[in-house]
Amino acid sequence: MSARIEARLWWAQRLTAALLAFCVAVHLATIVYAVRGGLTAAEVLARTRGSVPWAAFYALFVLAASVHGAIGLRTIAGEWLAWRGRSADGAAALIALGIAALGARAIAAVVL
Amino acid sequence: MALTLRVSAWRGGADGRFQEYEVPRRESQTVLDVVTYIQRRLDPTLAYRFACRVGMCGSCAMTVNGKPRWTCRTHVDKVAKDGRLEVAPLANMPVVKDLVADMREFFDKWAKARGQFVPSATRADDLAAVKPASAARREADAGIECIGCGVCYAACDVVRWNPAYLGPAALNRAWTLVSDARDAGQPARLRAVAGDAGCHSCHTMMSCTELCPKKLSPTRSIAGLKRATVGVAFGDGES
Repeated sequence: MSARIEARLWWAQRLTAALLAFCVAVHLATIVYAVRGGLTAAEVLARTRGSVPWAAFYALFVLAASVHGAIGLRTIAGEWLAWRGRSADGAAALIALGIAALGARAIAAVVL
Repeated sequence: MALTLRVSAWRGGADGRFQEYEVPRRESQTVLDVVTYIQRRLDPTLAYRFACRVGMCGSCAMTVNGKPRWTCRTHVDKVAKDGRLEVAPLANMPVVKDLVADMREFFDKWAKARGQFVPSATRADDLAAVKPASAARREADAGIECIGCGVCYAACDVVRWNPAYLGPAALNRAWTLVSDARDAGQPARLRAVAGDAGCHSCHTMMSCTELCPKKLSPTRSIAGLKRATVGVAFGDGES
């Protein structure tokens, strides 16, 4: 990859890290505050169903997590497994899409 | 103070082994004194490298009890409290023989990081006036005393994991030039130090800063490069 793309990935990871610091804090605080009958999808959905602000918050969270995690795993693959190049880039992209898809399901359950 | 020091010194190339020696303890003895004693009194075939003996030239760095050190100014007292000393060639470099590491790639990476000064004036111009108190001059001052000993490079995990990584010393050198108001080579230099082989690979683990014998902070210089290379990521021009 070119220096430009690598530098952009670095910035993407930095910016998503900042977003995640905020999102994870809100996420954990909400769990501690709101969960009463155990952490289940049914209870969460009972609370959040139809809420556009929560859907928007988690859309941001999912996006940041998928980008951040995939870039980090790509770096770990390069440094610890010496797995670099197009196959590693492709695997990282698949992981990003996979995390985003799993998260999109949860968001869809909130607003659809 | 024990009367003798038990020393394991690396012998041979990459597939060599440690050999044991007994060296008399002396007051204010440095690790380089110990290696010199072995070579002069016990085993003249031991290969090692040194020049100035006073911490200026950067020739004598070795791995001492697992950590890279400049041996001429490392006192045995400080690193061998139990009377045992292990000396090996610097890590992250090929072994030439015994305690001598091949520093060619280490210095080639300085060139790859565009560590050469690129003049912006000719001899017909006046001397550039660089105020000592200016922010850029102070940044350059903070990194300029590097002696090229390779301790930071040997201490860096990212160098070990990513063979293309330019390493702390080369990036520190680039940062002193980025901070040099007289230098005209910035666009090419910033492209050279960005990306996977450059400043963006640094994980800020700070082994370089912890072990630099000149108390420089390559980590700080690399952080400066991360700020300075924003244009490489998002600006115009070739990448």
